Amino acid sequence: MSISTGSVWVDGSSSRMQRYNIFRRVNWGRFAVVAIPAFWLGIFFFIPFLVVFKISLSETAIAVPPYTPLLEWDLEEAYINLKISLGNYLYLLEDAFYLEAYLSSIKIAAISTFFTLLIAFPIAYLIARSDGSRRALLLALVILPFWTSFLLRVYAWMGFLKKNGIVNEFLLSLGIIDQPLVMLQTDFAVYLGIVYTYLPFMVLPLYSALEKMDMTLLEAAEDLGCRPAQSFFLITLPLAIPGIVAGCLLVFIPAVGEFVIPALLGGSDTLMIGRVLWDEFFLNRDWPMASAVAIVMLIVLVLPIMLIRNGQGKGEAI
Amino acid sequence: MHHKKLGLAAALTAVISTSAIAEDKVLNVYNWSDYVDPAIIEAFEAETGIKVNYDVYDSNEVLEAKLMSGGSGYDVVVPTGAFLERQIQAGIYKEIDRSKLTNYANLDTVLTDKISRHDPDNKHNVPWAWGTIGLGYNEAMVKERLGPDAKLDSLDMIFKPEVAEKLADCGIGILDSPAEVVSVALNYLGMDPNSEKKSDLKKAKALLSSVRPHYKYFHSSKYIADLASGEICLTLGYNGDVLQSQSRAEETGQGHKIGYSIPTEGTLVWFDLMAIPSDAPHPEAAHKFIDHMLKAESGAGVANYVYYAVANKASEPLLNQDVITNPGIYPSDEVKANLFTQNAHTAKFDRQLTRAWTSIKTGR
Repeated sequence: MSISTGSVWVDGSSSRMQRYNIFRRVNWGRFAVVAIPAFWLGIFFFIPFLVVFKISLSETAIAVPPYTPLLEWDLEEAYINLKISLGNYLYLLEDAFYLEAYLSSIKIAAISTFFTLLIAFPIAYLIARSDGSRRALLLALVILPFWTSFLLRVYAWMGFLKKNGIVNEFLLSLGIIDQPLVMLQTDFAVYLGIVYTYLPFMVLPLYSALEKMDMTLLEAAEDLGCRPAQSFFLITLPLAIPGIVAGCLLVFIPAVGEFVIPALLGGSDTLMIGRVLWDEFFLNRDWPMASAVAIVMLIVLVLPIMLIRNGQGKGEAI
Repeated sequence: MHHKKLGLAAALTAVISTSAIAEDKVLNVYNWSDYVDPAIIEAFEAETGIKVNYDVYDSNEVLEAKLMSGGSGYDVVVPTGAFLERQIQAGIYKEIDRSKLTNYANLDTVLTDKISRHDPDNKHNVPWAWGTIGLGYNEAMVKERLGPDAKLDSLDMIFKPEVAEKLADCGIGILDSPAEVVSVALNYLGMDPNSEKKSDLKKAKALLSSVRPHYKYFHSSKYIADLASGEICLTLGYNGDVLQSQSRAEETGQGHKIGYSIPTEGTLVWFDLMAIPSDAPHPEAAHKFIDHMLKAESGAGVANYVYYAVANKASEPLLNQDVITNPGIYPSDEVKANLFTQNAHTAKFDRQLTRAWTSIKTGR
């Protein structure tokens, strides 16, 4: 990867010169460009994360707010009392139920991501191979559902899937089935809901990867006697990998923490960590425990993903 | 009769008002969705010149989360008894100054006595409305499966596996409310509905797990629409919600006849209670509002409109016939004697309860 620091003299051999240049010629434009997202992340991710982490180290209490303070002090009595409780994290290990909930969420998210990829790839491929106005129209169709609230669209699926809903009525009238199918309140409905909802998040990165592809590569392959299926696996697919990875992360990460879709479409036995968090927070009124569940989820999910990203970033450095 | 809007979005909206030293002519009310005839609020505004900001929620949990974070900015909130009981312990309510309530004597003392189990001397609350948890059923569909003399007022339909099994194909819904459902189950088993004993909880869990395969879902509001449309045929639900479902079924004209019964085995009675948060910016206006709601006409307005009973004796002559004579809303004294209240639980028991509930629901 080529890094330009605003000076043509930088070649690594002259570190004194390099420092000199950085001090003399601070690129305020670039600084501002980086500072805004950094500031945004700080305010809306890092600080809230610290607050949640802090709460996870306290204990629940009947008070406002409903947990014990970490730090207590009294200047007259001259004491400062720091109380950190790891009990919440230990409890997570004690009851296998939490592990099961994490695993079940990851399983549901992984299966959904796989099917999203399977459906999104041909769509993205078609869009990338279309030309001009047709491509614009197809892209608009992918984005169009965002104009309706996500919640409404999930409710619409309930109308499709329920016992006397559109799908069952249609199949019954055709005589394909003689008993209504049970689709709502099943894991199937959850998969369907997630795949449907997150499809655009997979299509768009795939499209942008496929669109950049150099078509002459395929022609060259053909000239050299490669069959279409072969050239797909040897050329198209490897070149689409950055899009596949980006799309899968965009679908997988939010799907793991999904609450609304399993709550509306899933059955009572669909176990996902979003629901466990809800129960901890609202039924047990145990904010510290809920915070610990959230922090562990972040660690379990985000750390491996960051490592993958990192490895991948180095691998593809051009 | 009106439609209950499922207030997920509404519950997310909040009005935070800043207080001035001299009280503004503003009042921030936070109440259950579709729980009042808007005309009653308009009358209050016209009479006092106080502008009412009226927000709604659809679960006690949402209300509690807001109150416990502090600085909600609300002047009047309406939690259910057991929730109020615990919230009082956290010190988040003001004592209500009864000298400012000219209509307090309108209240039914039999009911306020029951309520004082949550709040000794009722220092922090004035009742809004009350109701029961009972059986909402589709008469034709249930009788088709259980025979013409099916006992429609027995919890056997919900808790006895051999009976529930026959109804599984037409759909049984259960409230997704662990404390309430478990207390009804404990009472059904002949134990103290408020027991916090581990062994009792275990028995209730065993009972619920044995019928669990025959339940279609656990949800606290979906049954209103589903009962009306024939998607389910039986639910353990709130009386007013089932009655709303009944009128919805009549409106849509699909021919589903919905009934509500208070189980003969006894069930839970709940009270939704007005209270003033201790950091309420407009306590004067809050007292005026509570006094307004205690008027005979206001109470009757609520009951006639939402099909929940009010604890207001003076309102009774003003009630519509279909409300006052409906045993699902105003049960006989005999039935009333069989009703119990559900107390606030300790944090430790709540955790055991939630854990048991999750394992009932998911089989894990």
